[in-house]
Amino acid sequence: MHAHGTDLLPLIGVGVLVVGFMVRLNPLAVVAAAAFATGLAAGLSPLQVLSALGKAFNDNRYVSLIWLVTPVVGVLERAGLRDRAREAVARFRRPGGGLLSVGQLLLSYFVLRQITAALGLTALGGQAQMVRPLIAPMAEAAGDAQAQPRLTPDQRDLVRAHAAASDNVAVFFGEDIFIAFGSVLLIRGVLAGGGHEVSPLSISLWALPTAGLALLIHGVRLLRLDRRLRRADP
Amino acid sequence: MITLDAVYALAGLLFMGVALAVGLDPQERRGLVRAGFYFLLAVSFLLGGQLGDAANGALVLGLVALAAGGALDGTESDRGPRTDYQPAPAWKLFVPALTIPVVAMAASLVLPQIRVGGAPLLSPVAKSLPAMAGLALGVLVALGLAMSLLRRPLTDPVQSARGLMQAVGWAALLPQLLAALGAVFALSGVGTAVSHLAAAALPSPDRFSVVLVYCLGMALFTVVMGNAFAAFPVMTAGIGLPLIVGRYHGDPAVMGAIGMLSGFCGTLVTPMAANFNLVPAALLQLRDRYGVIRAQAPTAALLLAGNTALMYFLVFPKP
Repeated sequence: MHAHGTDLLPLIGVGVLVVGFMVRLNPLAVVAAAAFATGLAAGLSPLQVLSALGKAFNDNRYVSLIWLVTPVVGVLERAGLRDRAREAVARFRRPGGGLLSVGQLLLSYFVLRQITAALGLTALGGQAQMVRPLIAPMAEAAGDAQAQPRLTPDQRDLVRAHAAASDNVAVFFGEDIFIAFGSVLLIRGVLAGGGHEVSPLSISLWALPTAGLALLIHGVRLLRLDRRLRRADP
Repeated sequence: MITLDAVYALAGLLFMGVALAVGLDPQERRGLVRAGFYFLLAVSFLLGGQLGDAANGALVLGLVALAAGGALDGTESDRGPRTDYQPAPAWKLFVPALTIPVVAMAASLVLPQIRVGGAPLLSPVAKSLPAMAGLALGVLVALGLAMSLLRRPLTDPVQSARGLMQAVGWAALLPQLLAALGAVFALSGVGTAVSHLAAAALPSPDRFSVVLVYCLGMALFTVVMGNAFAAFPVMTAGIGLPLIVGRYHGDPAVMGAIGMLSGFCGTLVTPMAANFNLVPAALLQLRDRYGVIRAQAPTAALLLAGNTALMYFLVFPKP
C-alpha cells in the first residue's frame, strides 16, 4: 500500500485553502490557487484544470442566483425596512408583558424555521432575504433594549452572527425530515447502490432524533446568550 | 419551455446593470476596474452556456484577477445602506419583503405542474429549476409591488442592488467558485484520498470505533469539501456499508440519516460552505469574517457528539 504517497498528493489543494484562509488572503484567489494546486498534483495539464474549473463554474451558476433578491431587498432597505423591523420588536410582548429578549426572539424564529423546513418550505427564510433585512435588525433592537445601556460593537456583532446561525442550524436540521428533500433522495440512492432498499419515510423519521437534539442544544445556547448580554461587559 | 438559461439571463441583466451603475458613477474610485468585475459576471450569466470550457475558465481567472487586484475592496457602500428619507409605513415594507419567500415557495410547487400545449412549462432536466424559477418570480412580483407602493425612482432597484453587491464584495462570488473547486477536487481524487485517510484512522474495528470514524469522517470530509452531499457517497461506500451494515448488521436507514446529519455539523464550521457561513458575515457587515462560524461551532461540536451517540445506540440490532 505504498501507493498512498501518490494518492494523497491531490490533498495539497486543501492545504492551500487552509493556509490561504488562515492568513486571510483574498479568498477568490485562494480558491483558484487551490484548484490549480490540486489539479496539477493529480497530473492534469494547466489547460485541463482551466477547462474543468470553467465548466464547473458555469454549471454552478445557480449558486449565485440568490443575488437576484438584491434589487428588491435593497429598495426596501433604502425605504426603511430595517428601521421598521427594529420598531416591530417593541410590539412583540411575552405573555407576562415584557419585551422579547434576543434569545427568545431568535429561538422563536428557530422553531418556526425548523418546522417549516421539515414541511419542505425551505424558501421561507434565508440569509439575504430574511436574516439581513428582518431578523438581524429585530435581534439587535431586542439586544439594545436588554443591554446596559446599548449593545457594545462586539455584542452587536455577536447578536448578528447568532441571527445568521439560527437560520442555518434550524434549516439544516429541519429539512432532512421532509421526505422529498434532496439529501433524503441522495441517501436512498447511495444505499440502493450498495444493495439496500430503504424507504424515504424511514430515512426522514430517523432524522427526527437529531432534529430534537439540535433544537435542545441550540435553544439552550440562545437562552444563555441572553445571560451573556445582560452581564455588564467592561 | 423555460430553462435555467432564462433565470441566468435575468441575473446577467442585473449584473450588467450593476456594472453600468458602477462604471458611470463619477464618484467611484477606479470605476472601470470595479465595473469590469460585474461586467465579466454578467457575461458569464448571459453567455456562459455558449462559451467553451476553457473560455469559461479564462473568465474565472479574469474575475479572480480583478478581485485580487482590489476591484471589490473598500467601496463606498461600506458606510452601510443609506436611508435618505423618512421610513415608509411598515406595511408597505413588510408586505413586499414577505412576498419574496411566499411567492417563491408557491411558485416552486406550482410551476412544475403547469403544462403549455402538452409540454411542461419548466424544463424537467435541471433539478434546481423549480426553486430558482420560483425565486425569480418571487423577486419580480415583490419588486413590482414595492415599486408601486413606494413610488421610488426607476433607477432605485439597480442602484440599491449595486449597494448591496458592493457591500458583500468578494463573498458574492465565493460560493459559486467553491462549488467549482469541489468539482475539481472530485476530478482529482481528493475524495479517495480522504476516505483512505479515514480508513487508516480506524484503530480497531469494534462497533463504537466504526460509528465514531464514520460520523467524524462525514463531518471532516464535509469541512474539506464544503458539502455533505459530496462526502456521503464516499464515506458510506468506504466505511458505512461494509462495516456498520455489512459486519455489524446495522440499520442502513438509521446510518444514512444520522450520517448525513453528521456531515451537516461539518457544514456549520467550514468556510468552504461560504453561502451559509461567509456570505451572511458579509451581508451583516461583521468585522470578523468567521463570526458566523464562531457562533455555530459549539452547536456543531455538541451535535456531532450527540449524533455519534445516537447512531451507536440506534443503528445496531437489539440483542
